[in-house]
Amino acid sequence: MADSTQGAQIPTVICDDVHIVYRVNAGGGGKGGATAALSRIVGKGKAEVNRGVRKVHAVRGVTFTAYRGEAIGLIGTNGSGKSTLLRAIAGLLPTESGKVYTDGQPSLLGVNAALMSDLTGERNVILGGLAMGMSREEVDQRYQDIVDFSGINEKGDFISLPMRTYSSGMGARLRFAIAAAKNHDVLLIDEALATGDRKFQIRSEERIRELRKEAGTVFLVSHSNKSIRDTCDRVLWLEKGQLLMDGPTEQVLRAYERETAR
Amino acid sequence: MPQILNTKVSTVSDIHQGGAVATSAPPSSVDEGLAPGDLAAKYGLSVSGARPGLFEYVRQLWSRRHFIVAFSSAKLTAQYSQAKLGQVWQVATPLLNALVYYLIFGLILGAGRGMGKDVYIPFLVTGIFVFTFTQNSVMAGVRAISGNLGLVRALHFPRASLPVSFSLQQLQQLLFSMVVLVAVAMVSGSYPAMSWLLVVPALFLQFVFNVGIALIMARAGAKTPDLAQLMPFVMRTWMYASGVMFSIPVMLKDKPAWIADVLMYNPAAIYMDLVRFALIDGYGAENLPAHVWAVAAGWAVLFGAGGFVYFWKAEERYGRG
Repeated sequence: MADSTQGAQIPTVICDDVHIVYRVNAGGGGKGGATAALSRIVGKGKAEVNRGVRKVHAVRGVTFTAYRGEAIGLIGTNGSGKSTLLRAIAGLLPTESGKVYTDGQPSLLGVNAALMSDLTGERNVILGGLAMGMSREEVDQRYQDIVDFSGINEKGDFISLPMRTYSSGMGARLRFAIAAAKNHDVLLIDEALATGDRKFQIRSEERIRELRKEAGTVFLVSHSNKSIRDTCDRVLWLEKGQLLMDGPTEQVLRAYERETAR
Repeated sequence: MPQILNTKVSTVSDIHQGGAVATSAPPSSVDEGLAPGDLAAKYGLSVSGARPGLFEYVRQLWSRRHFIVAFSSAKLTAQYSQAKLGQVWQVATPLLNALVYYLIFGLILGAGRGMGKDVYIPFLVTGIFVFTFTQNSVMAGVRAISGNLGLVRALHFPRASLPVSFSLQQLQQLLFSMVVLVAVAMVSGSYPAMSWLLVVPALFLQFVFNVGIALIMARAGAKTPDLAQLMPFVMRTWMYASGVMFSIPVMLKDKPAWIADVLMYNPAAIYMDLVRFALIDGYGAENLPAHVWAVAAGWAVLFGAGGFVYFWKAEERYGRG
């Protein structure tokens, strides 16, 4: 944070009255089979009003500003819109109305989708690194770090085996290791800390603190209040798509715990 | 973080009353009262997920070239990794394919009218391989976005990387098929000559054409995934109309000339004929339509550039909704 002078905070993410609506093709649901589907295709304009497409209003008017050097936790019960908001910040979901402004390209911590279980761990490290936008040289440089961090080779030469042969814990560790290898301006983490054994969890939390130092801002979605306490200094509490509370970790978490304990 | 400590807790009602200034961590005094949009402008923040300009897009795509290549060869390797014979299938699959077509069209239906056996066999095999190249690119294109939503929703990269990568995978697949094709040509009495080098520009033009059509299909398939069900029938019709297993002028000599012309100038037939002309000794220039290279380049440029722009126009909408 060399460029953040005393007292002046530099915003990295600004959400301005963000609304997000999912449109779901209620395929097979509700009334009608093939004929209804056909009329839906033919009567395009009307279909959206009718039962063909259902709207899910996932985020309703969220406004906040995140600053450089902050680690922000997102909490809320299941389906409260946390992950959706994260995707919108990453620019992977369009907003219905309102805008998300960001400094650089926020990245979601997750490369799972780019990896192929039929390929060896070795090739997946390279593929995942490239998929996240690292250059060839960067991937080569970090390769050993990634493998060491994941601890895949601690119990033998597993990195040269196809990923489908890994246990679920090993797979999760390698995925996290790949995803955390890159430095990001704005880093978005969706419940990544719940994976792996205790030893690996401690290592991941350390890595997140490191990433936070290098990154401008970190967002963390988690259901573990402990990992939020350990890593975040500010918390946004979402409920039914609305921002219920926004403040220092302890304050918000205490209110949240009171609410959920009832 | 001393600033964080003196933040206030804002609730939903605060947000509604406070309007735009609902953040808990107060900005430095100079920024106070700035609307979010103005604040963003002041610090040079950009709207997340906006579509880049065309040239910027090309630059981004180029910077992802290593990913595109790695992704396509990874897909190719993963394809047969569960099979016992493994990568042998890369060559065995096209070979078996050619055998089946030869059995049906060459031996049973006698579609090789007007050609000797030493011409017809490489003629047929070339046709199948070259057409399969386009066919598979189209089919992979339809699913490029709709079949990889997980990837599109998790990571940032120019979406055109996917259809381009799938076309590249098909090109690599074709190179394996070329091994079979060279063997078939030599067995049939066509030996390597300078004219074989013409295969390179012909396949290059076809590759550009394929990338373009894959990009078009990717955008269409992202909006309407049902195309994946429909396209096999379209592709089969296209195959039978392009003279993969018969010579168009010979088969259609009783019909009005324009029908044969339309069929012969369709891109699939053009690229097939060029590769045949390059490889097969008994398949001379008299079998090619006029201005064949210009037409081949024209199709490539038209679809390559047109498909790219068409795909780019919907860049910010892929993988959403």
